[in-house]
Amino acid sequence: MNLKEFAKEIRVTTLKQLAVPGFGHVGGAMSIVETLAVLFGEIMKHDPKNPDWEERDKLILSKGHAGPALYSALALRGYFPMEMLDELNKFGGRLPSHVDRTKTPGVDMTAGSLGQGLSVACGVAMGDRLSGRVSRTYCIVGDGELDEGQNWEAMMFAAHYKLSNLTLFVDNNKVQLDGYTDDVMRLGDISAKLSAFGWKAITVNGHDTDAIRSALIDGAGEQPKAIILDTVKGKGANFAESAVPNNHHMTFTAEQIDAAIKEAV
Amino acid sequence: MKLEKSPVLMRDALCSTLVAAAEKDGRIVALDADLVGSSGLKPFFKKFPERAINCGIAEANMIGVASGLSLTGKIPFAHSFGPFASRRVCDQIFISAAYARLNIRVIGSDPGVTAAYNGGTHMPFEDMGVLRSIPNITLIEPSDPVALAAITKQLAGDEHYGVYYIRMLRKDAIAVYGEDEQFEIGKAKVLREGGDIAIFASGIMVAEALQAAEELAARGIQATVVDMFTWKPIDTELICKLAAKVKRFVVAENHNVYGGLGSAIAEVTAVNCPVTVKFAGVKDRFGQVGKQNELQAEYGLTCAEIVKAAEEL
Repeated sequence: MNLKEFAKEIRVTTLKQLAVPGFGHVGGAMSIVETLAVLFGEIMKHDPKNPDWEERDKLILSKGHAGPALYSALALRGYFPMEMLDELNKFGGRLPSHVDRTKTPGVDMTAGSLGQGLSVACGVAMGDRLSGRVSRTYCIVGDGELDEGQNWEAMMFAAHYKLSNLTLFVDNNKVQLDGYTDDVMRLGDISAKLSAFGWKAITVNGHDTDAIRSALIDGAGEQPKAIILDTVKGKGANFAESAVPNNHHMTFTAEQIDAAIKEAV
Repeated sequence: MKLEKSPVLMRDALCSTLVAAAEKDGRIVALDADLVGSSGLKPFFKKFPERAINCGIAEANMIGVASGLSLTGKIPFAHSFGPFASRRVCDQIFISAAYARLNIRVIGSDPGVTAAYNGGTHMPFEDMGVLRSIPNITLIEPSDPVALAAITKQLAGDEHYGVYYIRMLRKDAIAVYGEDEQFEIGKAKVLREGGDIAIFASGIMVAEALQAAEELAARGIQATVVDMFTWKPIDTELICKLAAKVKRFVVAENHNVYGGLGSAIAEVTAVNCPVTVKFAGVKDRFGQVGKQNELQAEYGLTCAEIVKAAEEL
C-alpha cells in the first residue's frame, strides 16, 4: 500500500466526517493521521473481518478525542461501511467523540479520561505475552496527556517488565487545550525522559510515513519502544493549522472543510 | 449462637482459593501494589511468578494493567489497602474497567476500623460509597473466610463478568458459616429470624449484630439478622419481604453512613416499602489510630450501639 496516499485518504475522510457535525477535535485528529496510515496500512497484524481476532496487534488510542481519525482508518480498511462515518457524535450512534470499544468495530479500547491508556496497553502487552501470542500492542498518547502522572507509572512498569512487545507513540504536537505545552506545563525533553525510564526512544517527523515506518521496524531488544512524533496540531487543514494553539476543539464551516480537502488532495 | 474466631485468616483463605483456581486456570492473574507482604498473596506470587504482578506503589497503573489483562482474556485480581483500591483509583475503575465493560476484580483490604494502627489515612469509611455510584459495579464484603473463599472461587470462574470490588478483612474474622455454606452474589443471608425488627450488617458488624440479637431477645425483642454481604446489587427482594414483616430496620456498618449500606437499604425502602431505619455506623467522620476495639467503641460500631438503635425504634 502507498502509505502517503493512504494518509491522504485518512485526512480527507476525517475532514469529511467532521464536516457533518461541524465541530470536533480536529487538531489532535490531524496530527496522528500519518501514524494511523502506517499502522493500519502496513505494520499492524489485523483482520477487518474479524476485529476480535485474538492474535491481532492491538492499538490503544489513549488520546481518545482523536477518534475521528481512527474511525476513518478503520472504515477505509473495511471494518465498517463508509456511510457509518456520518454517525460521528450522533445520539445513539456508534462513533462517539471519544473512542469506545463497546460501540465501534475495530476500536480496541475505550479512552477519553486522559492518562489511562498506556497502563491498559501494558496490561494488554503482558496478557498477550502470558498467552504466548506473537502480538504487538501500540499506544498513542498526546504530549499534553503526559501531564497525567499515571503515564509515568506505566512507563516504569513497561520497562521493569521488559514489555518489548509494546510500542508507545507520543504525538508531540506541542499544543494542549489551553495553549502551547511550553506555556501550560513544560514537558522538557520527552525522548530523554523516556530513555531515562528505560525505553528505547526514537524521535521522527510524525508526518513522514517513511520515517515512522523505519522507526517501527527498528529493533529495540528487550526494551519497550517509544516513538516521539514531531507533529503539527491540525496538520493539513489550513483553518486548523493557522489557528494553533487554539485548535484543540473547533467549530468550522463547510467552506473551510472544502478548502482543506482541496488542499489535501 | 456461640461466636468464635475462625481458625483461618481471611487473607489466607483468599490466597489458597486463588492458588487453587490458578492451578486449573491459566487466566487467573494476581496483581498487588507493593503489599504482597500484607495481602497474603505471597504463596501465589511464589507459585505463579509469571502470573503475579507487583505493580509497585502505583495503584492507578495497576487498575489499568488489570483492565488491559482483561482485554486479552485474563481474570485479574488486584489488591491494595481499601482506600488505595477505591478512592485513589476511582476514575481508573470507572473508565478503564467499568465504562469499558471489562472484567476485573479489585480487593480492598482493612475495611474501616480494622486498619487500626495505620490510622485515618488507611481507614476506609468511604470505599464502598465512592464506588457505589459506578454503574453495574458489584460490591461485596464477606464476613468470614468461608464466605470469602466461596465468593472468590466464583469470581475466578466464567459465571461472573464485570467489575467486582471485594472489601476484605485481612486477618482474624469471627466464624459465621459452616464449611459447606453456599453463597449467591446479590442474595443476602438470613442468619437468624425474629419478628420484631431486622438488623442488616456485613463484615465485622455481622458478629456484633448476632450478639445484639441475643441481648435484644433477653429484653423481649426478637430480631432477624441479615448478612448483607453484597452491597450492590442490593437484595431488594429480601429487603421488601422483611419490611413487610418487621417494619423496623437497623443497619450496622463499618463505613460512613453516608453512601454506605444503610443508604443502599434506605434507597430500597424509601421507594418500595417505607419503614423506619436506624443507622449504626460511622457518622461522617475520619478515622484515627487505635486498637480495633477502641475504634469500634469510638465510632459506635458495637453490639451496644445496635441494641440502643433497636430500642429506639
